[in-house]
Amino acid sequence: MSTQVSESHSSDPMSVLGEKLSACMQCGTCTGSCANSQAMDHTPRYLWRLVQLGLKDDIFQSKTFWLCSSCYYCTLRCPRGLPLTDAMAALKRIAVEEGLFDDRKSPSFYRTFLDTVRRYGRVREMELMARYFISLKNPATPLSFTPLGLKMMLKGKISPQMPLFSGKGKLDRIYRKVREMEANP
Amino acid sequence: MKYFYYPGCSLEGTAKEYDASTRAVLKVLGAELVELEDWTCCGASAADAVSYLLSMVLPARNLALASRTGTSADFLIPCSACYLNLRRVDDHIRRDTRLLNRINEALAEEGLKYDGGIRSRHILDVLANDFGAEGIERKVMKNLGGLRVAPYYGCQCLRPFQDFDDPQEPVSMEPVIRALGAEVHPWSMGARCCGAGLMTTKKSVALDLVKALLTAAKGADCIATVCPMCQMNLDSFQSKVSRLSGEDLSISVIYLPQLMGLAFGLPEEQLRLKMNFAITDVFHSRLRTAGEAAAAEAG
Repeated sequence: MSTQVSESHSSDPMSVLGEKLSACMQCGTCTGSCANSQAMDHTPRYLWRLVQLGLKDDIFQSKTFWLCSSCYYCTLRCPRGLPLTDAMAALKRIAVEEGLFDDRKSPSFYRTFLDTVRRYGRVREMELMARYFISLKNPATPLSFTPLGLKMMLKGKISPQMPLFSGKGKLDRIYRKVREMEANP
Repeated sequence: MKYFYYPGCSLEGTAKEYDASTRAVLKVLGAELVELEDWTCCGASAADAVSYLLSMVLPARNLALASRTGTSADFLIPCSACYLNLRRVDDHIRRDTRLLNRINEALAEEGLKYDGGIRSRHILDVLANDFGAEGIERKVMKNLGGLRVAPYYGCQCLRPFQDFDDPQEPVSMEPVIRALGAEVHPWSMGARCCGAGLMTTKKSVALDLVKALLTAAKGADCIATVCPMCQMNLDSFQSKVSRLSGEDLSISVIYLPQLMGLAFGLPEEQLRLKMNFAITDVFHSRLRTAGEAAAAEAG
């Protein structure tokens, strides 16, 4: 069993991914094993066919890969041993990189998360959620989390901390280097 | 036994009770925890969705910190997502030699270097295999007889790495639960997904998964968890799930080390039991009678 979709050494991550999944024989074990397939517009099996065919528009109009909760059942059961969970992550990366999404919730959350980590080295849950909500610019989303946030505070599970105002973040150097390396693979 | 202890970000925040109970229980068991003061986030599921290289460098930074100490020990990781991310580094560098060089090129910015070879282990693996049912049973002061526990493993401590259990029909928690004197609730949901991060980004989908789990747990006195994300979804969203489905699905949800701590006779304050959202009155009264029943039997 493989769990790897490594960095693309080619310039086109879609064709790299298509090659990785070329052995997919469309058996549908992934769909049958998926915890969230009932909520997806395309089944995972169908998505892999689109990837094999390189039908980029269809792939990124689909919400399927955003609904992967990384349970790794498909990866475990794939009779061809394909790294399907990692392939879902690869599609998220391409979508984030190229701005190929309508619903910005997931991309905003991931970006805000990583930026919090860059600043402090660790996640500050309260600041993360606050900045995530700000990034969404939609008042309905924070409201749906307010009761839980309050309960969490009352339990002492989350607490407000002073945000960092200076420009320097804990992991700035590593992040900068990674960005630089990814620009020149 | 000595371990590098990697709590991860959740255990400093929403899962403080997991951290407190893990430390308390491991102390009773005689484990020595080496802390890495400067540890940083493993990248969770966010890094992999944004940058593959960053998803390797972030966990590797912690492994490099450990190797710098010169101490030889396994990583002990209570959070399943952290475990997966740290564990993945060695798996991937084994398959791609160029990758380790690239990771180290980035880590060199902080004067760090990783050569591979540190074992990253999930806490359930350590409890079930290093200490084992016998080692745990020896520390039980208050037998939990009569308490029925649904063992919930979640996903990422089982898959994709099959380090210590069957990835679809896991059993490693059962001897631990029985060692405490409790019973195992028979169910087939132990390895099913709780929705994980979808609770933040695709809520209705995650709520459905939680509902299926809570429904299957009926008949148990509590669900035992080994992951902060699983605990959060099952514990803090269960009142919402009950309300939405018009059915009372309330059940106590408790971290395995908290349950062990109760059996070891540790005070509830030390195990931070008040931080859990869903500890029912039934659970409390069952705990009281469990102790009495065990005492009567012994007497």
